[in-house]
Amino acid sequence: MSVRGTEIRIEGLSQKYPTRKQPTFNRVDLVSPPGEALAIIGRSGCGKSTLLHILAGITKGTEGRILLNGTEVTGPSPRWVMMFQAPHLYPWMTVTENVGVGLTFARWGKKEIAERVAEAIRLVELQDFAQANVQDLSGGQQQRVALARSLVMEPEMLLLDEPFSALDAFTRAALQKDVRAISKRLGFNIVIVTHDIDEAVIMADRAVIMAGSPGDIVHEMDVDLPDPRDRTDPEVQKLRAKLMATFQEAANYKKPEVSLA
Amino acid sequence: MSENTATAGNMMSAGVSGNSLSRALKSTAHSSTQFFVGLFALLFIWWAGIYIVTLNPDLANFNDFSPAETFKAYPEVWEAGIIQAAMSSSGARLGWGLGLAIAIGVPIGIIFGRVQWFSNLFNVPFQFMRMISPLSWEPIAVVVFTGWEEAIIFLIAIAAVWPIVFSTAAGLAKVDPNWFKVARNLGAKPWHMVTRIIIPAIMFDVVTGIRLALGVAWIVIIPAEFLGVTSGFGYAIQDARESLEYSQLMAYVVTIGAVGYVLDTICVLLIKRYSWHRG
Repeated sequence: MSVRGTEIRIEGLSQKYPTRKQPTFNRVDLVSPPGEALAIIGRSGCGKSTLLHILAGITKGTEGRILLNGTEVTGPSPRWVMMFQAPHLYPWMTVTENVGVGLTFARWGKKEIAERVAEAIRLVELQDFAQANVQDLSGGQQQRVALARSLVMEPEMLLLDEPFSALDAFTRAALQKDVRAISKRLGFNIVIVTHDIDEAVIMADRAVIMAGSPGDIVHEMDVDLPDPRDRTDPEVQKLRAKLMATFQEAANYKKPEVSLA
Repeated sequence: MSENTATAGNMMSAGVSGNSLSRALKSTAHSSTQFFVGLFALLFIWWAGIYIVTLNPDLANFNDFSPAETFKAYPEVWEAGIIQAAMSSSGARLGWGLGLAIAIGVPIGIIFGRVQWFSNLFNVPFQFMRMISPLSWEPIAVVVFTGWEEAIIFLIAIAAVWPIVFSTAAGLAKVDPNWFKVARNLGAKPWHMVTRIIIPAIMFDVVTGIRLALGVAWIVIIPAEFLGVTSGFGYAIQDARESLEYSQLMAYVVTIGAVGYVLDTICVLLIKRYSWHRG
């Protein structure tokens, strides 16, 4: 499986819903280099999930643009795939069929689909469940199938919208490590939206904090830690505490008023 | 983690396959026993009913309705080709009527389940139409259509269409909107939404609707064939009644039941094939 990352460039992105007075966020700028794992953290309502949906091309921003290696995102594409909070697998399909569904949409040949699907299933360590009914799998295994379904498309960017929040702590920790390891091995970008500081520290190379109303990126921090990362490692704990302090500071953030004069 | 998963997976699959085979064998033996016991019970009630009735010498003619006389009549009507011809005629009418009902009912059911304004607008008219006995359309059907054949097919179609419409619509209501979101995210085109998501998702409900429709259609076809046509099981029954061939009449009745049972069993197998719902 050959995957490469992409440069993500968010330029002056705003989102305003007609029913609301305030924009959700206003003129957000952000650049993420190829292969970076970026965490966007913030409290509920700061617009982080909306930003991710615009990145995925599922929603359109009201202003600004997103460029991936210079190409503007105008809609969904198998080049940038999103993983949702719930796996949303197709219950009438086996694990293999679920993983390969995106390739059938793209009209790949049967042989190529079989090869790539088998590789993606191996990557998420579900070889023994390849022909299983997805309804027989645990929540963590189902989320692994969803991950394989995204990986098989060989995306340049994997977008994760709090994808492990419904899982138990052990499964969540295992998946966080595995997704990071796979992304580093294959070289694609990750953008993960979370309100879990631990998740950001374990998975990201850099964390940006969104806060305020309208939302804005108020802080950013490099998560410069060696792999594999362990929660009990004092360095991880130290960085976690630092990120938490920044996060709390950001909670009191008020956007400075811009004078038009 | 991978080793643990693999070991657990192997143990699970070995255990499951051994247990499930013995469970499946036991279950098959159990249901076969029930099938034959039920069938013999029915035969016994039939035989006992006729026996009791024919104890009265004035009702001795009822003996023609007995199981023994009925099964004696079979070779005769089979060699005369009556059963095969009736199966072919009634089967063709059923096929056409049911086919039309599926062709009309499934798309309408999809729209009914997916488009809110359509369902709001047509819920009352459809429920109203559903409650009209299909046979009450017969006088209108013979006026509208040039031949009896078309009229009977129309009666079957109008009887069968409603279960298909409502069952398809109920299936659509259960489709998770997130399946579309994921599919769009993976590059699905609009036709993929229909062929890869909607149809497999609702197939179980569509086939369940077809099973109900088949039951109604098979019931409607017999009285519909009493008039106008000179073929099919309805005609065969009518003809046997008029020529006082009661044992033959019972042979047709038993065949109608058997054919209906076989068709229903095929539907049950299809339902099992397309069922993805877990308890």
